Amino acid sequence: MARAAGPPAAATGRRPPAVAATARRQLPWARTVFWLYAATLMLPLLWMFGMSIRPNEDILGGFSLIPQRVTFDNYQTFFTDSVWYSSYLNSIVYTSMNAVMSLVVALPAAYAFSRFRFAGDKHLFFWLLTNRMAPPAVFLLPFFQIYQSVGLFDTHLGVAVAHMLFNVPLAVWILEGFMSGIPREIDETAAIDGYSLPRFFIRIFLPMIRSAIGVTAFFCFMFSWVELLIARTITSVNAKPIAATMTRTVSAAGVDWGLLAAAGVLTIIPGAVVIWFVRNYIAKGFALGRV
Amino acid sequence: MTGRGADGISPADAAVAGGQVTGEVLTGDTLAGAAREAPGEHDASRADTRTKDNRAWFLVLPVVVSVAFTAVIPLMTVVNFSVQDIFSPTDRIFVGLDWFRDVARDPEVRAAFLRTLLFSAQVLLLEIPLGVALAVSMPRRGPWASAALVVVALPLLIPWNVVGTIWQIFARGDIGLGGWAVNTIPGVDFNYTLDSTDAWITVLLMDVWHWTPLVALLAYAGLRSIPDPYFQAAQIDGASGWATFRHIQLPRLRGVLTIAILLRFMDSFMIYTEPFVVTGGGPGNATSFLSILLSKIAVGQFDLGPAGAFSLLYFLIVQIVSYVFFTVLTRTGR
Repeated sequence: MARAAGPPAAATGRRPPAVAATARRQLPWARTVFWLYAATLMLPLLWMFGMSIRPNEDILGGFSLIPQRVTFDNYQTFFTDSVWYSSYLNSIVYTSMNAVMSLVVALPAAYAFSRFRFAGDKHLFFWLLTNRMAPPAVFLLPFFQIYQSVGLFDTHLGVAVAHMLFNVPLAVWILEGFMSGIPREIDETAAIDGYSLPRFFIRIFLPMIRSAIGVTAFFCFMFSWVELLIARTITSVNAKPIAATMTRTVSAAGVDWGLLAAAGVLTIIPGAVVIWFVRNYIAKGFALGRV
Repeated sequence: MTGRGADGISPADAAVAGGQVTGEVLTGDTLAGAAREAPGEHDASRADTRTKDNRAWFLVLPVVVSVAFTAVIPLMTVVNFSVQDIFSPTDRIFVGLDWFRDVARDPEVRAAFLRTLLFSAQVLLLEIPLGVALAVSMPRRGPWASAALVVVALPLLIPWNVVGTIWQIFARGDIGLGGWAVNTIPGVDFNYTLDSTDAWITVLLMDVWHWTPLVALLAYAGLRSIPDPYFQAAQIDGASGWATFRHIQLPRLRGVLTIAILLRFMDSFMIYTEPFVVTGGGPGNATSFLSILLSKIAVGQFDLGPAGAFSLLYFLIVQIVSYVFFTVLTRTGR
């Protein structure tokens, strides 16, 4: 059902804006309700930000809406302590690797699912999805053993490979929906013009599904960035994710809430940057097919 | 094709045309498929015009290999755990299905199962309508549309344990804004560390806060894919806002909502990190979901046999329910 790439863009470009604006008119209060919701949504985040700029005594001392004393010590600790900033970088590295690797393996597969029927395709598709459903708690032990035995333990590559478990099926699912929305005539015309499949795929097809790639990369990035259990299990020092570092802020003096909140605020930033880049693709509209 | 699209024919029409053109050089049943699907043009991309070619397996092979490495090998290990009583790496006895029987009869497991099921049901009932409502009321044009997208997506980008931490503080009556507001304004005595209802509400609210954006984003994307002529037609017919939503927007959201429902079911049924951080499964057993109980058995008590059997049963239940959802949602409304 995807009608994201190519033709619809041309259609939107020529539509008289006035008609479109009235045609998509909304209930007058809908916008207000939306921004009210958005404000509510932001409250816990603002509260975390508020915590990150106060000293620990003030956080635990009592309730106050506005910070009494503002301090940036927590952020300073984050950027000067190598345990913190290096694990932040680790997360960015393996997340990006995972997004690239997931896309590379998912693109041909999604093309195959959208263009060909082959033995066992439906079963394979559902089987791929079932891998998102494995309860992690018990799979962690075999994960640990396997990654250690193949030498991927505590490497960025190891985490990136492990996260393919849930990102590849999702990527195939999203991309397949987009690709099914692209008419097959394009493939056939290219074949008549003498394009081989790989050349057609790279030169013609990939540029046509740019927006799909953007949206998929966002979802891969997001799910890999927020995952903690697997990443924590198969790393120790060199590839330790930021989320794991955050679970170890408990010291003799108790939990360092301020530092934890500062790290929390910083973990939102990469995702926000990524969604800023793909916002137009999402806004252009995508629908995931096959269902 | 691009030319047709620009003339206002929806790309779905174009896809039908494409399907019929290619159908002629294909087998008879694909042609019939295209013809059968043609009247319901919105389902056109579903018309099976795909060529039958088993060489496509080569394109799928990288996915199969990568997923097999990360999924099948661990699964085999878990199966191995589940049928043995392991005393030490060298000392183990084959016990058959004993662990499965034990786990299925354990009242604690059953209670946790019902609790998790109830939680998933509440999550779906709250998040799907709320997400769709959000998507409908989101601004669609101009700089505010981008801002709205980023704001709505923010909760999705926070690592799960951080989500837990945020709510752990936010819902506290003494130092958190949320808990403080509930305690002060309606004057209810709210304390999620002592009261099981409060703990449940906290975890549920947290999940709604965390995951409704996913439903909203998917629904928003789905809404954006509806061609404008539909709205113009509705306007000419004098359709009310509700009628437009009910008869034009909602039917077209079926695809994305299927995905949203499936993803939300899977993830809420397996929720672990966030409630573990906030309540640790307590007070008592109030928020001890299946995954929390499972990791208590696997990691806390290191009972690999029962834990293996438990996770296989767990895995099976998620698969069956997902399959039912998948089948029902894709069959209805055709």
